[in-house]
Amino acid sequence: MLKTYEFPEFDYICSAEQRDGRVRRHPVVIVGGGPIGLTAALDCARRGIPAVLLDDNNTVSVGSRAVCYAKRPLEIWDRLGCGEKLVAKGVSWQVGKVFFGDDLAYSFNLLPEADHHMPAMINLQQYYLEEELVALCEASDLVDLRWKHKVVGLEQTDDRAVLKVETPDGVFAMEADWVIACDGARSDMRGMVGADFAGKVFEDRFLIADVVMKADFPTERWFWFDPPFHRGQSVLLHKQSDNVWRIDFQLGRDADPEDAKKPENVLPRLKAMLGEDTEFELEWVSVYQFACRRMEKFRHGRVLFAGDAAHQVSPFGARGANTGVQDIDNLTWKLKLVLDGLAPESLIDSYEDERIFAADENLLASARSTDFITPKNRMSRVFRDAVLDLAKTHDFARPLVNSGRLSTPTPYCNSPLNTPDEDDFRGAMVPGTNCADAPVNKDGKDDWFLRALGEGFSIVVFGDVPHGKTIAVGEIEAPVIEVSTDIVDEKGVLTERYDGAKGAVYLIRPDQYVAGRWRTFDPDRIAAALARATGQRH
Amino acid sequence: MLNLKPNIADPDGFYETLINAQRDLTDDAVDRMNAKLILILSNHIGDNDVLAEAITLAAGEARE
Repeated sequence: MLKTYEFPEFDYICSAEQRDGRVRRHPVVIVGGGPIGLTAALDCARRGIPAVLLDDNNTVSVGSRAVCYAKRPLEIWDRLGCGEKLVAKGVSWQVGKVFFGDDLAYSFNLLPEADHHMPAMINLQQYYLEEELVALCEASDLVDLRWKHKVVGLEQTDDRAVLKVETPDGVFAMEADWVIACDGARSDMRGMVGADFAGKVFEDRFLIADVVMKADFPTERWFWFDPPFHRGQSVLLHKQSDNVWRIDFQLGRDADPEDAKKPENVLPRLKAMLGEDTEFELEWVSVYQFACRRMEKFRHGRVLFAGDAAHQVSPFGARGANTGVQDIDNLTWKLKLVLDGLAPESLIDSYEDERIFAADENLLASARSTDFITPKNRMSRVFRDAVLDLAKTHDFARPLVNSGRLSTPTPYCNSPLNTPDEDDFRGAMVPGTNCADAPVNKDGKDDWFLRALGEGFSIVVFGDVPHGKTIAVGEIEAPVIEVSTDIVDEKGVLTERYDGAKGAVYLIRPDQYVAGRWRTFDPDRIAAALARATGQRH
Repeated sequence: MLNLKPNIADPDGFYETLINAQRDLTDDAVDRMNAKLILILSNHIGDNDVLAEAITLAAGEARE
């Protein structure tokens, strides 16, 4: 039991379909109730898909595990109804310090870019995140959360998956049009489809400890390379909520995990680091090893893999949960269109195109951080130490210091869903990029651009539209949002970020990515882009 | 483009400066110095394509 947190126990309920022994067909069944599965359930519900979520346990994440949540996932959770609450509960840090050996190498201040609703990142224990997501799932009529439901078998035909599910009342069968497998790095579902998980397993072991500080300690991120209290290794310290601090010790390759976890071995390390006089209590401790790898394909028939089940990265840069949530953001609207018969099934394949591209970028970033933090040979270490030494006195070396790069969204540069630019635009909002937020005024009140976008496709027009207020392709409709009458850009930030001279038009996907943009409102070109973004034309 | 034409105005002087700087260093200290030197010069060059070309060239030469 933690000192600052009591784990909830959710009730197991025997479902009607198990009791009656009548096999039911569900549009979507989600396997795994971690941050990714819970987000998937909420996003399905938000898009109008009834979702059953199966979890083999009956509580939230034990131990705090994921810590840092970046802007894009916060924006997604804001769309799903809990972004502001998470930000209020979480901790934001701006000052980071990098130590090398006995000295402070340098410190930095991540001055956040102004005019975004969500901060660049927050730190928060994973169980608080999950608790919030569970509460929203429980409040939703479309989410059916089932605890102590373990998937033990899978069969597939062309149009469905049949799951064998074990509960305290025995084993029963469920059918699903689509299954989203979010059952983590050790995914059983991955085994059931017979997929392997190729990549690189790193030999270094890390010890993570959560400690409760008794006195004030600065809200800063501290990273030590080769500190006097832990020679030859690295150590990371950062703050979570409730005065709980996460400390991450690199143990090296030969450490015995069981031995390292014992309080008599952990406490001296912590004291050496925090100082003899700093009062703290040990909250939770765990030893981990990590791997950088991904599945070759994220779609296996009717089973779609997301999060750590599909790709696993090192913890440096907070890329695990952050990218998993974006998998879901990418997938759910596509599932909705396919389930409704409005888009061809091939639209689902674009999930794989886009998110494998993102996974590879994350794997690369995470492997680069890992190589810097844990040099693999003598000369890599000499270079690493040279960078850190130079960083003490020379600005130029500081960008080379890599203690983890914060996760940012991957633009889907070459996605088949994009309509490439034909008109001239400046700035970052090229097709395939996630929309930057900006302050706007709506109905006379201060609001945010991302919040003003619709649930489906949106057409944002800077100025007025002479034509109708929607563009439709078949039954898929994209309403027009005028930056003049519907929302007002008083500060000019939106116009600046989107190079939105009068007449500029953006087609924006349901996951808030730019699908196409033009200098004039041409209904034919917009309709063609909408068809393309929904997999109906290439 | 990596310049592989002679480009140092006083070749003998440069070489002397380099060798003299390392004459009394231990092997470990030489490695540290060389690493810093590479980083300092790489930053001065700045262009990733030129740097990649130089790294590839040097790696090939090292193998022979």
